[in-house]
Amino acid sequence: MVGLVLPRLVSFEGAPRRSASVAERNFTSLKSAYWLVLFSGFLEPVLYLFSIGIGVGALVGDLTLPGGRVVSYAAFVAPAMLASSAMTGALAETTFNFFGKMKYMKLYDGIIATPVQPFEIALGELGWAMIRGSLYSAAFLVVMVVMGLTGVGAAVTAFPAAVLVGFAFGALGMAVATFMRSWQDFDLMGSAQFTLFLFSGTFVPAEAYPAVLRWAVELTPLYRSVHLIRGIAVGASGWSWLLDVAYLLVLTAVGLLVASQRMGRLLYK
Amino acid sequence: MTIAQPLIQARGLVKRFGDFTAVDGIDVEVRAGEAFGFLGPNGAGKSSTMRMVGCISPPSGGELRILGMDPVRDGPAIRARLGVCPQLDNLDPELTVRENLTTYARYFGIPRRVARERAAELLDFVQLTERADSKVEPLSGGMKRRLTIARALVNNPEIVLLDEPTTGLDPQARHLVWERLFRLTQQGVTLVLTTHYMDEAEQLCDRLVVMDGGRIVAEGSPRALIEEHSTREVVELRFAADSQEAFAGKLDGLGERVEVLPDRILLYVADGDAAVAEVTALGLVPASVLVRRSSLEDVFLHLTGRTLVD
Amino acid sequence: MADMSVAERVRPALPRVPALAVLAHYLVGYRRTWRAGVFSSFLLPVLTVLGFGVGVGAYVDQGVGGVPYLAWLVPGLIASTALQVAIGESTWPVLSNFRWIKTYFAQVAAPLRIGDILAGHLAFVLFRVFTSTAAFLVVTALFGALRSPWAVAVLPVVLLLSLAVAAPTFAFSAWAPSDSYLALLFRFAVIPMTLFAGVFFPVESLPSGLRQLAYATPLWHGVDLCRAATLGEAPQWSVGGHLLYLAAWALAGWLLARRAFRRSLVV
Repeated sequence: MVGLVLPRLVSFEGAPRRSASVAERNFTSLKSAYWLVLFSGFLEPVLYLFSIGIGVGALVGDLTLPGGRVVSYAAFVAPAMLASSAMTGALAETTFNFFGKMKYMKLYDGIIATPVQPFEIALGELGWAMIRGSLYSAAFLVVMVVMGLTGVGAAVTAFPAAVLVGFAFGALGMAVATFMRSWQDFDLMGSAQFTLFLFSGTFVPAEAYPAVLRWAVELTPLYRSVHLIRGIAVGASGWSWLLDVAYLLVLTAVGLLVASQRMGRLLYK
Repeated sequence: MTIAQPLIQARGLVKRFGDFTAVDGIDVEVRAGEAFGFLGPNGAGKSSTMRMVGCISPPSGGELRILGMDPVRDGPAIRARLGVCPQLDNLDPELTVRENLTTYARYFGIPRRVARERAAELLDFVQLTERADSKVEPLSGGMKRRLTIARALVNNPEIVLLDEPTTGLDPQARHLVWERLFRLTQQGVTLVLTTHYMDEAEQLCDRLVVMDGGRIVAEGSPRALIEEHSTREVVELRFAADSQEAFAGKLDGLGERVEVLPDRILLYVADGDAAVAEVTALGLVPASVLVRRSSLEDVFLHLTGRTLVD
Repeated sequence: MADMSVAERVRPALPRVPALAVLAHYLVGYRRTWRAGVFSSFLLPVLTVLGFGVGVGAYVDQGVGGVPYLAWLVPGLIASTALQVAIGESTWPVLSNFRWIKTYFAQVAAPLRIGDILAGHLAFVLFRVFTSTAAFLVVTALFGALRSPWAVAVLPVVLLLSLAVAAPTFAFSAWAPSDSYLALLFRFAVIPMTLFAGVFFPVESLPSGLRQLAYATPLWHGVDLCRAATLGEAPQWSVGGHLLYLAAWALAGWLLARRAFRRSLVV
């Protein structure tokens, strides 16, 4: 479990990590290994789905959702894996890379000398992160359909929802990155991320949490994302998905707004 | 240690990497108390030689004795008496300036308390006392280099190996490093350094070898090398760009050697002013004239060629 | 060198146990950075016990072979956390010591042998594993998830497990041409191992080919031993067999790592 987000967290500690950011430019231009890393990115949530959804699912059996609907544990967990991998991917791309490029590679100092504006840089970065994340999401949805965890129609509907989740966390990540002071802050962010991953109704329905925890959880972005995608994937009825979509749209807008304001201040100093 | 016995003695020393021969049979002797330099362009085999002397690179052939010992068999025992300042600083950025010295001292079995005193003394020597408790990361390039030099001295070594000690430093930082190294030689420490800066070699080295393509192409003191491989003075003549070639032919026979470069003509002569007079007498009017003393750079370029090595 | 007396008292020699001087170096550095690692190597595993173990455990009615899910899961998490810490400390830090901050090159210029440099760094990895496992054990004991006093045997077991995975990982990191390879190691070895080597669900429910693969991983052997210890039951395989298997990994890893280090440092 510690594995999902942790490789990105613990693997860079202190100086090695700082140096990593400097070295990063070298390996992005680099060969097969990097591309293999990129292409195999979608593998992680799939492995989780097999381990937790199928493996642990055999111990759990079927789950009865609050609406009274009974689903297999794998069908319950799969949408949460999709949402959290969209979150992890978008945050990694926007915070870690953005921070490294701005602080250590001075890449953007070169770019703002051209007519490109800070906000446009941000959108460009976000766009790249989203293309990559969307491909992962699409691949994961195909896996879900093949395993019979959701229908084709639901998967087609869930795709834009997953993209929206990516945008919301990408925008949030960019805003957060402008507040990062050092690499130490990434440990904090990673821990927050992992905590969200554990407690966003990912593995058990939020209804199972104690009341206080449950209310806190329902306010978090990952919970809303899981709720949205799970609702679509298992075919829940009702209108609560509108709340999720509105929440994520507002998060995207606020994130972008804050990011662009702060970036302008950081770069044109 | 008797003066007669060289601290470093290499005979026919060879280093091969696969098919590539980096060091191709060199003979070197470094005596106690001298500052000895390896001068050469990139890829000449200087660093490979230094690594063999540092006992972290086994020779592929020939003989090498350091402090009278065999570097392959007695590596740790020899390294205990060497100080090494590598080309790129490899300080620990997580530690403070002082801790970089004290932790390194432990590698030499120096007791903790002595290590702390030694660190204080060395920080004073390299003028970093005020930064003792600062981390290494924010230090300037010059400070880091001075700290690396201090670290190389932590075991009070008999020989200090310095691989391009001032590459990448600004002029003030270079001069400070030179001054400190000079003080070391005054204290009787033997320095072995590589450099491709002529001024550095002239400043620091009592004796040096010029390496090219893995071989030694000249050996001696800076003064002796200049006398042997160059003339006393050099005249630099500039002509209008397109007329250079035409004039060059007319200068043949002036001085010991005439070198035609794309932007200027060099005359290697004993008496510069006399040569200039001869040029004027020939009716040639250069756009500019410069008479200077011959330097190690002239020797170096003469011996290793002007082709860019990279 | 104003005062020559200090310099004269500096009599360089070989440290009595050179690897300890190397370990001391890492400990001095760790004194400054340990806080950053507390979250990832201690608090997050504890949160996992809470969020996953307690949460999902409530839905596993039958338990696993009669053992409540939480009690069954915890030893697996202890072993996999030890694995994560061990491999995390053997990847980027090792690569960095070769490529970025070049600590090994500074060490090899001192009177240390390759084995000293390697043993000192490995000892630090074991120190990291030991402290985070000990803390984890205490917390899980408070949860009541340890059911036997044999649980203390978990400590030596995770040290052996860590050595079994850290040593070959040192070799891999010394060899890796770029740090993309380290990301691949996590993606194709560490994460699959964590997910399928009996930490979250019994290996027996895997299809046959995959089950053999899981048995081959060092993690499964560590998990089985840890689980036997905290539950106070006999392991599925013989204790001696487990220990020998892990020791074989450690030995082979040590030899590979020493060769890889020598290739990079002594050329």
